[in-house]
Order: sequence, then C-alpha cells, then structure tokens
Amino acid sequence: MTASHVIQLDNISYKINGQIILSNISQQVQTNSITTLIGPSGSGKTTLLKLCNALISPTNGQIFVEGQAIDTFEPTVLRRKVGIVLQQAPILRTTVFENLALPRRLQHQTLTTEEALNALIDVGLDESFLMRQATDLSGGQKQKIAIARTLLNNSTILLLDEITSALDPQSVHDIEQLILKLRQRGVTIIWITHSTRQAKDLGDMTWVLMKGELVAAGTTNEIMSSKDSRIQSFLLGRTP
Amino acid sequence: MTYTPLALTLIFVLIPLILSRTLNLGLEKDTTIATVRSVIQLLIVGYVLKFVFDTEHLVYLLLMIALMITVATLNARQKGKNIPGITWKLAVTLIVVEVITQGVLLGFHIIPPTPQYIIPISGMLIGNSMVLAILFLNRFSSEIEAHEHEIELILSLGGTPKQAVHRHLTKAIKASMIPTIEAQKTIGLVQLPGMMSGQIIGGADPIQAVQFQILIVFALLTCATLTSIIFGFLIYPSLFNERMQLIKNSFI
Ligand SMILES: Nc1ncnc2c1ncn2[C@@H]1O[C@H](COP(=O)(O)OP(=O)(O)O)[C@@H](O)[C@H]1O
Ligand SMILES: [Mg+2]
Repeated sequence: MTASHVIQLDNISYKINGQIILSNISQQVQTNSITTLIGPSGSGKTTLLKLCNALISPTNGQIFVEGQAIDTFEPTVLRRKVGIVLQQAPILRTTVFENLALPRRLQHQTLTTEEALNALIDVGLDESFLMRQATDLSGGQKQKIAIARTLLNNSTILLLDEITSALDPQSVHDIEQLILKLRQRGVTIIWITHSTRQAKDLGDMTWVLMKGELVAAGTTNEIMSSKDSRIQSFLLGRTP
Repeated sequence: MTYTPLALTLIFVLIPLILSRTLNLGLEKDTTIATVRSVIQLLIVGYVLKFVFDTEHLVYLLLMIALMITVATLNARQKGKNIPGITWKLAVTLIVVEVITQGVLLGFHIIPPTPQYIIPISGMLIGNSMVLAILFLNRFSSEIEAHEHEIELILSLGGTPKQAVHRHLTKAIKASMIPTIEAQKTIGLVQLPGMMSGQIIGGADPIQAVQFQILIVFALLTCATLTSIIFGFLIYPSLFNERMQLIKNSFI
C-alpha cells in the first residue's frame, strides 16, 4: 500500500447473527478525494462507514488508516481522525452551542463562541442559531448542526451518511459547496448519497455497493458509463 | 403461639385455593407450592437462627451472612444472565453494602454485636439491596435501549464508554433510588413496617420499636444509594467491548 491510500480495505467481511452484511471488500481511498458511495438501501453502505469509524469491527479482513491497522489505534483517537456524520444523527436536548461544543467537552476542552460561529457559517447557518434550543429546529437545520458538530473535531477523513436527504434545495447546494471546500482544505471524504447527480457532480471516485458486495469501484466517469446491467438499472432508477 | 393456632392459619391458604378453584383462576398449584415452600424455608431459618444464637460462634454468623449474600446474588443474576461478570459484580456490591452498614452500626455501637441484631438487620439490608440491583438493571437497560443512537453518537465523536453512558447511568441510579425515598415519606402512615410490627406484637415498647425502625430507615437510604452507585459503575463497562464498541443486546 502506498502513503496516498488514506483508507485501505483489505478483504473485509461483516456478519451479524450469521447474516452476511458485507462480503470480501477490498478497495482503497486516495488522499484528498471525494468518494461517493451509492447503492440500494440495505446494501450495507452505513455498515461500511461504521467500520471505518471503528464503531464496529469487521468479522474478517483488516482496515488500514494511513497505513496503520485500524485496531491498533486508540479508539477515541481514531474516531476523531476519521469523523462520521451519521444519518439522522441525534441532537442533544440543549442549545445549538452545547451541541457544537460536545466534541470538545469529550476532550475536557471548551469551544469558543467564535469557533462555534465559524462552524455555523460553514454549514450555511448564522449566529442567531447559537443560543436556540437545538431540538426546536427543522429537520434540515438539525442535520446541518450535526454536520457542523462533527467538523469541529477537525477530522482529516470524513464519512458522511446521506447528509443531504433531509435538506431543501438551497441547503443541499450549501452542503455540496461545503464538501468541495473541505476537499480543498485537504480532507478526504467518503460520502453516501442517494443522488446520482451528486455522485456525478462531486465524486472523484464512486463505489457501488449491492447486497453487501462492492460490485464496482472506479472514477465516477467510469462508473457512470458502466456496461454492467445491475449498475445501469440502478443508476436509471435513481436518476432525478 | 403454639402449633394449634398456627395450623388454623392454614385457613388463609384455603380461602385463595377455594376461590381460585371456583373462579378458574388456575392458581392452585402456585399457591400450594408457595405455601409449602414458605413453611419449610421459615422453619429451617427458625431452627438455624436458634442454633446460631445459642452457639454464639462468629463462624456461624459469618456463614449465615455469606449464605444470604449468595442467595441474593443468585436471585438477582437471573435478571441479567447475559451480562458478563454479573455474578461477581452483584456479590461485590452486596458485600460492600453489608460491610459499610454493619461497620457503622457496630463501629459506633449503635447495635449490640450479637447475632440477634446483626442477622435480621443484614437480612433486611441485603434483601433490599438485591431488589434495588434488579430495579436498577431494568431501568438501566431500558435507558440504554432508548438512547442507543445517542451513545453511538458520543462514541463516534471520540468519547469514551463512560462519557457515552454517563447521563443514562446517573438517570438509572436516581430512578432506582426513588422508590426507597418515596416509601419513607409515608412510612408508618399507611402500613407499619414489618420489623416494627413484629417487635410490637412481640411485646416491645412501641417507642423502642420506632427507634429501631428509624435506624433501619436510615440504613436503607445508605443501602439504596450504595447499591445503585456501586452496581451501576461496576456494570456499565459490560455494555462495551475492549474496542469501545457498544455490544448490542448485552443486557437483554
Ligand atoms: N445491528 C444490526 N443488526 C442486524 N442487522 C443489521 C444491523 N446493522 C445493519 N443490519 C442489516 O444490514 C443490512 C445493511 O444495512 P445498512 O448498512 O444500514 O444498509 P444501507 O446503509 O446501505 O441502507 C440491512 O439489511 C440491515 O438490516
Ligand atoms: Mg444507510
């Protein structure tokens, strides 16, 4: 493996209660790229991201992060390095500020108002949100808070799970710009999206997961022009 | 009381048996088993206590307490069979509760150091501790189940297992202690506590009986607090593996 592979999946499988969720996945992620992960629901996309954040461990195979086996990291360190925005991430019953401050509090540090503000601006919200009750916000606003919260860990690798599904078109645009900006800042991104357009417009690489198998992985252009009939029909069925 | 009036109390067993039969409640078998068991168990306890009191030997006293702790542990662990290490965690909790409460009672000469005092008070405290541990376990597992996503979130952001469960742990600790505190607010108003009733029937001065009951009430408060906190902090790590991952269904 080379240094430019920031995540390497080495023949990983994941089983739960005897059911195979992911089987024999080998693939690597280039530094500073956006990899879009697509596939029907239930195909194991979320499971794959959770494996990379070490919330779960593969039944077989090994994951390397920056060349180091994932299970040799201190879990808390690894999880800050490889940040994840979970789909419909829970929002704590407190202010927006406290939600944003959570990652720091977990390290016994404090978040300054300025940092909180910058994080809000990053996701397209303004200072008026800072002291609002986070649970009173709309679904899309909560989603943005969840994104900003994970960003405050300054992860070099970011795993995003369908983070634009609850958003209005303007917000979707904001978040897409943010993802591009993050890549510019040197962040490596794996992004689960339901939208073929997003994969096309933003993805450098695209992986297609079906029934726990990685049926294709390559540059987004390669995947979009794939002759594989399963991929073809999936892309057609999902094209907006 | 002689055995004749005692035998007559079987009327209290016959009433539910007859009613159960008439109304088809199907409780005859359980009632009969419960009756037989309670008679046998209590008689054995009575004779054992008599023996321990008469011999006044420290070894028998310790054996009695060890037996109570063992039975309480085995009983409470039924509620969490899948939890790794539950047996020793319960045993440690009960032992600490017993040592601290008896340490205070005996150390400050609040009760005389005789089996007549130590055994019944230990029984009450250990029994209470057992019920509380079960209550805590129920409470804690439903808290965890309801907040699984929040726990996952904190772990995913680089939090430790302790940080991830802290809020739910303290909530469960608090919730399991509330019945003890609430029960004490109405104590004596509705129902005379068992120990006090026993002493009064046995011919003791009601004021003295009350004094002892107050002692028990206070001891129970400590017992409840210690049980939930010690057991809670011993048991929460069982929710996670060494990779700081939440083990689903480990409490069910
Ligand atoms: N903890 C779990 N227990 C049982 N089944 C699970 C668990 N996590 C995921 N699965 C199953 O694994 C499959 C893939 O789930 P997931 O990774 O969430 O798919 P996707 O994100 O692609 O929709 C689904 O069939 C799901 O039911
Ligand atoms: Mg998913």
